[in-house]
Order: sequence, then structure tokens, then C-alpha cells
Amino acid sequence: MMESLNDAVTMAVEAGCSLGELALRQEVAQGLRTREELESGLRRALHVMRGAVARGLPGDLRSVSGLVGGDAAKLNRLTGPLSGTLFTDVLANALAVQEVNAAMGVIVAAPTAGGAGVLPGVLLGLAGRADISDDQLVRGLATAGLVGAVVAVRASLSGAEGGCQAETGAAAAMAAGAGVEVLGGSPAMAAHAVSLAMQGTLGLVCDPLGGLVEIPCVFRNATGAAIALAAIEMALAGIEFPIPADEVIDTMGEIGRSMDVRYRETAGGGLAATPTGRRLAKERLVQIKRSGKAT
Amino acid sequence: MVGPSSSHTAGACRIGLFSRALLGGQPSRALIELHGSFARTGQGHGTDRAIAGGLLGFRPDDERLRDSLELAAEAGLEITFQNAKLRGDHHPNTARLTLWHGERQVTVVGSSIGAGRIVITAIDDFPVDITGTLPALVVVAGDQPGAVAAITTTLAGQGGNIATIKVSRRQKGGNAIHIYELDEPVGAEALAALLALPRVQSVRAIGRVDG
Repeated sequence: MMESLNDAVTMAVEAGCSLGELALRQEVAQGLRTREELESGLRRALHVMRGAVARGLPGDLRSVSGLVGGDAAKLNRLTGPLSGTLFTDVLANALAVQEVNAAMGVIVAAPTAGGAGVLPGVLLGLAGRADISDDQLVRGLATAGLVGAVVAVRASLSGAEGGCQAETGAAAAMAAGAGVEVLGGSPAMAAHAVSLAMQGTLGLVCDPLGGLVEIPCVFRNATGAAIALAAIEMALAGIEFPIPADEVIDTMGEIGRSMDVRYRETAGGGLAATPTGRRLAKERLVQIKRSGKAT
Repeated sequence: MVGPSSSHTAGACRIGLFSRALLGGQPSRALIELHGSFARTGQGHGTDRAIAGGLLGFRPDDERLRDSLELAAEAGLEITFQNAKLRGDHHPNTARLTLWHGERQVTVVGSSIGAGRIVITAIDDFPVDITGTLPALVVVAGDQPGAVAAITTTLAGQGGNIATIKVSRRQKGGNAIHIYELDEPVGAEALAALLALPRVQSVRAIGRVDG
């Protein structure tokens, strides 16, 4: 298990390979799974991600509470200044996956279900606009896995422990590293992309209405994907973030540990505690009980 | 996995799967006590459906999780949900499951610690620490000298390689619970050999629940 992204970059440079390739070799060296098993697992994840995007884009799904759904489809209306670009593809994909998630559909937790829209949003958005093979996407997912594993060890991947920075923040960092990988950037660029994405989500609280993974989670996946895209663009341009990735990740963990419990998935603070947030949660939770979908 | 929350849905399902395996099959009755965030926000996350699905043997990516409460009723599994404040220090996403099938009864405390990962922290009031990422053997044996030696020798003879061992007991000279996490699952022959050991009272093999 890798515990340092800085070490991983050094090892990748020494081995003359990308960060994703290093992640695969390291995992094989652990002896628990073969290269073929790993790659077929990642291909399966890619397949599920594509299925979730395809399921969510038409906009006919509604969440368990009825609070969210149908917003990914609105981005097809081509009404904004960035309509019809990679940027809106990425936003729509991220919303689509998260709308599927809120409707109890099948997604890939990456790293969690609450942040599951960011990585497929970015990677499949990129693959839709550039010539990127499935093999490259598999290495992208391996890069994302490496970043997520380091974040899990050094900080947290749980909103209940570290706030939303540990979920959509970690997802944005994973997607940023993965995006640089599939676009052919260096291991150092991938690490800078991780830092650039994560610095932009530090302090982000987990404040879902009624505790449901719906509002703001669905939208936060879209904005998280936008942050990942910004980080990829900056890193590939050669922009370097002065604080190394490991230290940015450690910072996320430190902020998470000192975050008040109201901001850690308890629906006790933030948007969940606003008058409208409380009213919607109350109305919708009553409705869930009436619909008999839960006891 | 099926949404909406890796900790409240996938992790909860895995706690159910683990408990089902520990019981050795599908329970006829289950008491599910939800603690902390599981109690406060579990309903909208489908935590109840996820645990019920795990008890039915569904994995976290099984779309039947959505309908597991109805499927449990059809399968003759009677489930009672309760909110509870468990004593002691627990992760916010924790559940205590008590399962019955015939004469057998098990109680499991499990926490979902993020990204779908779980930790089982107690089995029948014995403190344990099991993540379900490796095949495990749960052995209850008399707390006497030589119990671990006899079990590990038997396992070695059956070709099982032990990754981790944890032994704990509630009181000296009573029963102790042994958790052996293995690299590969062992076969029925090995389980029979372990059960034949003089101090061993029960052996339960539990597969990985992280897939």
C-alpha cells in the first residue's frame, strides 16, 4: 500500500513509467491479485461508469425522496456560454452519475458513492472529446486508485469523519491525477494536479439536507468535476503548486479532524440547517415514510 | 455498488453479509439496532434496505437491494429495526445485528468507516477487529494453554497461510474467540479438522465481503 504520492512520483520517474502504470505494478507486487485480474476489475468499473452516465443523461430518474433528478439533461439545452464543450460534457456526466446514485442505481464508488460522479464525469468527458483508448482509461483509473489509497491512509475518505473535502474533494484530486495520466502528462504533473484540485476543496463541509446524498451532493459532484478540470488544465500547462501533494492531503486530514460534528454528514449545520433545508428535509422524509419504501 | 452512500449503503450491506456468513446462512429473524448517523440518516440512504439485502446474501452492487425489505418478507426473514445508543466508543456509522436461525444466535457490532470499508468490532460481546478484506476463520475455543498452537498447526497442515491472528476473551479461563485472517479460504476438510480439536467449540469460515 502506497502511503506517499511524492514517493510514488519518484518511483515512477525512476522506473520511467506513468503514475498509473506504477500503481498497477505496485498492486501486482503486493501479490494479492494478478495484472490480468486488476485490469479486468478496472475494465468492469469503466463499464459500470459508462452505464451510469448513459442511465442518467436522459433525465427521467428521480431520487428516493424526489428532491433531485433531471438536471443533467438540462445541460443539453445549449443555453450557456460554454455549451457544447468538454466543460459541459463533464458537468452533465457528473450530474448524471450522481442522479443515478440518488435513485439507488448502480455506480462505482470513487472513492465513495457521494463523490461517485466526479471521476467518470471527468474521464468519460475527456474520452468523448479526445482519442483515448480503454487501456489508457484503465491506467487513469489506476492513478485515481493510487491517489485515493494515499488519501485514505493519510487523511480520510469519509464525510462523517472529514466533511465533503474527504469525498468530493478526494474525488476531484483522484480525477485530476487520472486526467493528467490519460492525457499523457508526467507523474510530477499528475501530483501537481492532485494538489491543485485538493487545495480548491479544503474546508468543504458535508451538509446534506436531511442527511440524504442528494442536496447539495449532486451539484457538488459537478462543481468538484469543474475543479478537477481546472487542476488538469493548470498542471498540463506546467503550473506547479508549491505545497507537495502529501502535505496538501495531510492538511485535508487535519482540517477534517478539527471540523465540528455539525459539518460531518450529520445534517446539523451548513445548508442542511438553513430554514429551507430543514423544511425540505422534513417534507421529504415524511414522504419517504408514506411511500413505504423504507421502514 | 448501488447508491446512494458508500458508507450507509455499501458498507451497511457488507455488515449484513458478514453477519449472515457468521450465522452460517440466512436468518429467520433479525434485530437491527442502528447507532449514530445510521440511526439519524440511515433511512434516506437505504441503510435498512442495504443491511437487509446483506442478510439475504446480496452484494453491494446487486440492484435487488432497493427491494430487499419486501424480498426479506417474502423469504420469511422477519426484521425489526430500532434506533439505539450503543454503549462505549463507536464510529458514527455503526449497527448491532442480532440474528437467529433455529438454535443458533449471533450478535455482531459493525461500523462502516468510509468508502464502503467496514470494521466488525464485536462478535457475541467479544471484542474483535475484522475488516472482511481477507477470508476469516472465527473460532471459539476454551481459554487454555496450547489452543492457538493446536489450531495454527492444524491450519498449517491443511496448507492455510495465516495473514493475521487476534485472540480475545471476556474472562480468564472461560471461552476465547480467535480470528484468523487467511490469504486463501480453506476447505471443508480443514474446518472439520479444526472442529475435531479438543478445545475447539465452534468454527465458522467467512469469505471476503469487500468485493
